[in-house]
Amino acid sequence: MMTKEERIQSDLIVKFPFLDGKVRVQRARRIYTDLPKERLEDLLKYAISEMDFVFLCTMTGLDEGDNLSFIYHLTRQDGVILSLKISVPKTNPVIKTVTGYFKGAEIYEREVMDLLGAKVEGLPEGKRYPLPDDWPQDEHPLRKDWKKK
Amino acid sequence: MHKVMIPIGPQHPALKEPESFLIALKGEKITDFAVRLGYNHRGIEKACEERTYIQDIYLTERICGICSHTHSTAFVQAVEEIAGLAMPKRALYIRTIIGELERVHSHLLWLGVAAHEIGFDTLLMYTWRDREIVMDLLAAVTGNRVNYGINTIGGVRRDISPEQTKDILSGLKKLEERTKYYIDVATKETTIIKRLSNVGVLSKKNALSLGAVGPTARASGVDRDTRRDDPYAAYNEIDFKVITDDHCDVYGRTLVRCGELMESYKILRQALQNMPEGPLTVKAPRKIPAGEAVSRYEAPRGECMHYVRSNGTEKPERVKVRAPTLANVQCVAKMLEDRQLADLPIVIAAIDPCFSCTDRLVAVKEIGSRKRIMKWDELREYGIHWYQHQGVDFTELNKRLKRKMK
Repeated sequence: MMTKEERIQSDLIVKFPFLDGKVRVQRARRIYTDLPKERLEDLLKYAISEMDFVFLCTMTGLDEGDNLSFIYHLTRQDGVILSLKISVPKTNPVIKTVTGYFKGAEIYEREVMDLLGAKVEGLPEGKRYPLPDDWPQDEHPLRKDWKKK
Repeated sequence: MHKVMIPIGPQHPALKEPESFLIALKGEKITDFAVRLGYNHRGIEKACEERTYIQDIYLTERICGICSHTHSTAFVQAVEEIAGLAMPKRALYIRTIIGELERVHSHLLWLGVAAHEIGFDTLLMYTWRDREIVMDLLAAVTGNRVNYGINTIGGVRRDISPEQTKDILSGLKKLEERTKYYIDVATKETTIIKRLSNVGVLSKKNALSLGAVGPTARASGVDRDTRRDDPYAAYNEIDFKVITDDHCDVYGRTLVRCGELMESYKILRQALQNMPEGPLTVKAPRKIPAGEAVSRYEAPRGECMHYVRSNGTEKPERVKVRAPTLANVQCVAKMLEDRQLADLPIVIAAIDPCFSCTDRLVAVKEIGSRKRIMKWDELREYGIHWYQHQGVDFTELNKRLKRKMK
């Protein structure tokens, strides 16, 4: 008998063969995977419509040296969290907005813009969050090389 | 009719915490609504990376003054998962008990605040008096009214004695009797029903698409509760109902929170009676092996989420916190669409906002050479410019006023 987590894992690999060997079930209800950023939208579409991952719990931004990584934590009714991680080079940290799939994602995207310096394509102008209006545009405190001045 | 922009906050008598709402009005009707958050940003996520896991327990506990146990539990759960610790059962039960006591005090606090926002201050006085019962219990069990310091990595730091169990049970009896009275008030008192019904409406569809959590979502018919869906601590051994309601308005949110109080008493009784004997902690390593974990916790305001990534040292690589209010605050604009200005305080209060949780980081005075003291006139000037920048400009109005005064 397959557990529901193993079922999700195998479904994902069948649908997206490039995920083979990358989907990790860490424990009950916790699934992680890395993927190329170009495939994020395909995966989101599939996870939302075919697997019922209809909530975006939040988005985590990470500074991994040369890359910035972003994890989209999708959840569904039965408590399973699917964490999708994409990486972009720090020199050009452009990601696409996911507000078309999750309206509530706007504030999470503004947060990674402020704190990690991500550039989010497709997000309309709006008030920044959470740093003050007069905070320098090029200072991103969650970057590892950022120091208090 | 002219469109008028009204700034509410960052400091305002109707708000209990600093946040800023900019409201466009046509007459009394709200036509547009924008939120600016961040006034309580304290840099806690960054600070966590610079401290050890043990220090971070106390730091995360201070993210919020109401649901402090929420954040420390969510954090230690993530670290325990990465370290692969087998948790002692008694510790899990104690975490559950403190967590539910916290929910009771938070919901009673909310009931009082909500009553105050609609001018029903008698109810505020009643609920806050009764809330002292649970505050005293928390102080007796943990030593503190807030920031209980009960969690550590691998268990809890204090036991609950048989005498304390007896005290909690007798406190619960009083609280239950009082809550039944409040449910009676909420379901029979015309003032409450009329003032709260059809106010701050959030349909189930919108609650889902905007990612609402906790009582805000459950009052819109969304059947989600982390305690049942993604059980942690001792919840998988406890029998309780997830309270939902289909009113989709502030009245529904009131009923859900009252119902949840009754469920919390049920959970507390079961946890106290079934708490197994045994050790309170397992030994946890100082250095946590490299890994990552997502931990969720059903805070009084909804799902709270922590993500922790470790790198094999004694300090975490990354700690990410998503408090429930950040998920809920995006629904407020929807709830206020085409509503009257007078509904604003209660609609905002009805998501039970907690902006300390939401913001977490500002050390503005440390930037460069900007460390200076503002004189009163400068501060006034700064304030006027700040509001002009936000779109609120009284220059014309002042000129007209001056002409009239001549």
